[in-house]
Amino acid sequence: MITKIKVAQLQEIDGQGARTLAVGDKEIAVFRLSDGSVRAIENRCPHKGGRLSEGMVCGSSVHCPLHDWKINLHTGRVQEPDHGMVTVYETEVDAETGSVYITVD
Amino acid sequence: MGEKKRLVLVGNGMAGVRTIEHVLKLAPDTYDVTVFGAEPYPNYNRIMLSSVLAGGSNMKDIVINDWDWYKENGIRLYTGDAVTRIDTGNKKVISKAGVEAGYDELILATGSNPFILPIPGADKEGVIGFRDIQDCNRMMEASKKYKKAAVIGGGLLGLEAARGLLHLGMDVTVIHIHSYLMERQLDEPAAKMLQLELEAQGMKFIMQKQTAGVRGDRRAEGLDFADGSSLLADLVVMAVGIKPNVALAKASGLKVERGIVVDDYLETSMPGIYAVGECAEHRGIAYGLVAPLYEQGQVLAKRLAGVETRGYEGSVTSTKLKVSGVDVFSAGFFQDVPGTRSLRIQDDLDGTYKKIVLQDDRLVGAVLFGDTTDGASLFSKIKNGESVAGKEKELLLGFPAGGAGAGGESQAARLSAMADDEIICGCNGVSKGTIVEAVKGGCSTVGEIKTCTKASGSCGGCKPLVEGLLQLYGDGISGEPVKEGICGCTSLGREEIVESIRTMGLKSVKEVMNVLEWHQPEGCSKCRPALNYYLGMLWPTEYVDEKESRFVNERYHANIQKDGTFSVVPRIYGGVTSPADLKKIAEVAEKYDVPMVKFTGGQRIDLLGVKKEDLPKVWAELDMPSGHAYGKALRTVKTCVGSTFCRFGTQDSIGMGIRLEKAFERLNTPGKVKLAVSGCPRNCAEATIKDLGVVAIDGGWEIYVGGNGGVKVRASDLLCTVKTEDEVMEWTAAYLQYYREQASWNERTAQWVERVGLGTIKAVLENREEREKLAGRIEETLSRTTDPWKEIIETESLRKNFEPLASVQPVIG
Repeated sequence: MITKIKVAQLQEIDGQGARTLAVGDKEIAVFRLSDGSVRAIENRCPHKGGRLSEGMVCGSSVHCPLHDWKINLHTGRVQEPDHGMVTVYETEVDAETGSVYITVD
Repeated sequence: MGEKKRLVLVGNGMAGVRTIEHVLKLAPDTYDVTVFGAEPYPNYNRIMLSSVLAGGSNMKDIVINDWDWYKENGIRLYTGDAVTRIDTGNKKVISKAGVEAGYDELILATGSNPFILPIPGADKEGVIGFRDIQDCNRMMEASKKYKKAAVIGGGLLGLEAARGLLHLGMDVTVIHIHSYLMERQLDEPAAKMLQLELEAQGMKFIMQKQTAGVRGDRRAEGLDFADGSSLLADLVVMAVGIKPNVALAKASGLKVERGIVVDDYLETSMPGIYAVGECAEHRGIAYGLVAPLYEQGQVLAKRLAGVETRGYEGSVTSTKLKVSGVDVFSAGFFQDVPGTRSLRIQDDLDGTYKKIVLQDDRLVGAVLFGDTTDGASLFSKIKNGESVAGKEKELLLGFPAGGAGAGGESQAARLSAMADDEIICGCNGVSKGTIVEAVKGGCSTVGEIKTCTKASGSCGGCKPLVEGLLQLYGDGISGEPVKEGICGCTSLGREEIVESIRTMGLKSVKEVMNVLEWHQPEGCSKCRPALNYYLGMLWPTEYVDEKESRFVNERYHANIQKDGTFSVVPRIYGGVTSPADLKKIAEVAEKYDVPMVKFTGGQRIDLLGVKKEDLPKVWAELDMPSGHAYGKALRTVKTCVGSTFCRFGTQDSIGMGIRLEKAFERLNTPGKVKLAVSGCPRNCAEATIKDLGVVAIDGGWEIYVGGNGGVKVRASDLLCTVKTEDEVMEWTAAYLQYYREQASWNERTAQWVERVGLGTIKAVLENREEREKLAGRIEETLSRTTDPWKEIIETESLRKNFEPLASVQPVIG
């Protein structure tokens, strides 16, 4: 079932930072990019399971803290020469209230 | 209060806002600032307009100070409103919209205007300059409707505009009045090569042609030339030069020549009114490049903040053409004039050209085409004016990579004899065969090999081998190895970056990347922490550390483990603990179910497997300072028992170790720093494989530096022998600070000592005055540090990041 959930207020996430939340048995990392937009991905690097929420955010990518794999926060794709994919969740920020929503299924 | 002086800036561009930024940092709360800008935008990076046009960046990327910045700094900002009059009698400015603002100090930073040729038809629709966002937008608009563009002017600006229009799909012809392009920056051979290259990209040229008029009814339809010929065009870009925008200054009675005349403190002929940037003329020169403008801004800010300054003495400038696929660099005096000698090398096969110009035994100018990797190092030699006698040919031909050292040959022989499946990079399991394949497939730098294969991407220990393979197998393809930047985001090395931060007074990571034209607007996990370190090292009192540019361990002040938990190592000075502390540690470990408690190699206790959300609680209950076991920082001071108990001990090594650790804990360093103190030459604390080790001898102490027991074992070198504990402190302070100032980020002392040589370091530190200065600077840095654990415990905005998001509410629909 597709559900849209309110996860945070924008100011609860630092710029170029991330917060996490558990949905079922999955952990999701919610990032705030420097342009103010929010991205959400599965909080697990396809390489060795590193928690991507702890990585450094550069532009629209995050570097995994364990072995520096670079994951695109828009597509979920791992940058070459590494390979892999993480789940990306749809996000939405209410410009007026600053509420952050993500859609999970 | 209410004593603030009023500072008004006319011109919301790079030079002016830069100055304001400095003033705010040097003298906060001194001025009440008002800014007027004619353009309806916040301060943006004008230099990058060509990159916007060429599709490399978008408008958002080029904003330097966003709207929030003005708000946060309490600056009154009027955009889209130009100042039209200065009432110098009543000390106020009046804007077009009728806004009046009184000033105590006034800065004019009105920039420059494109020079529009005074020819018939120049005012027709479709004739524009190339100067601001609006021009950029017009070109992009025009490219959608029209096909043929004519750019008048084959200088820097004209060619960048032309390249942009080409990118937008237009048919572009550049009209130039001289016989070769960019005559102010290039000599004829380089210019001819440039023209060939641009022609290959599809640009057309009409040389030695004077434009007499623009034809067409309401809109431009073509150009008429003085010799009677003509050209069809429906977009005409005038890029024949810029002229300082002096109208306001002139009308207000300031002394104006080509620009607004200023003295060495950027003051105009009217006291209390200053000018910086392209509108200013200093010692007869009006500059049009960013570096000089920033240097002027530095001086003026100091002046306004009441900080002593030597004044501005003019700048030596360098130029780089920002056109994709073409590398052009020039600096200084590059034309052959009497009294100069030049060396040049032209290679039509590879399309490279290099010329260096000498006066007496100094380098005064250079032109590079095709390969500009030496640009920055040549430019720094031109600027510092050192003698290059005997090295002229090396400067021209480049230094042989790796040198002809004795080790070089044997390594090459060893590498070539190595089997293809032998592993070069142990961290990532990359074999020689994979690297050779990458080199043959076109990788020409260690960075490219790293991106392509991951070799040398983790600990970096195999980098020399990768370099060796590159030289061995890359020869036939790429010739000499290309000089590398600190990461893939820039071609600049550490020295150039640090020098630019210093001279241009760059004050944030974003600004460094912006001004130094990073390829990636937000950098990567390599350059961000490096820049953050350099900025903090250079501006210890002003720079606010960017936690988002630090690796996770330094952000959360704990060591991340492979399962996402963290390890906690409290500070135990000199490795000496107490029953009370041990009980406390044991209780905390039990309470939080810490899966493992282990002694570290540095005589500390490590609580492994702590959950992230428990960290602040664990720290609070331990109530001990952070041991910094996770950072590029002073880690531990390992000690042996020494004269307190040991029958061989000659000195109190424990006391010395604790004193060192208390003095230097919390210090940020380029790489981690481990210390040790041994109480006698038996050296039980293993001080000779430490970054700095102290060994007691009868009646004194030996100080050893540059040791390492990790990736590559290196026994340390004896720096000096001293008599007292105070001297140990002084030398250690000076040594650590010198390392902080000179080493590259992520470079351990062992690598650094090898690179610069012990002799160099000794020569500096043996000078007592230098030592005291270095010790003073480290003191300044240390005095501003606080315990990070405590800070997190006490600061809600930091603590929140340790907790998962709580309130998750489904939304219907």
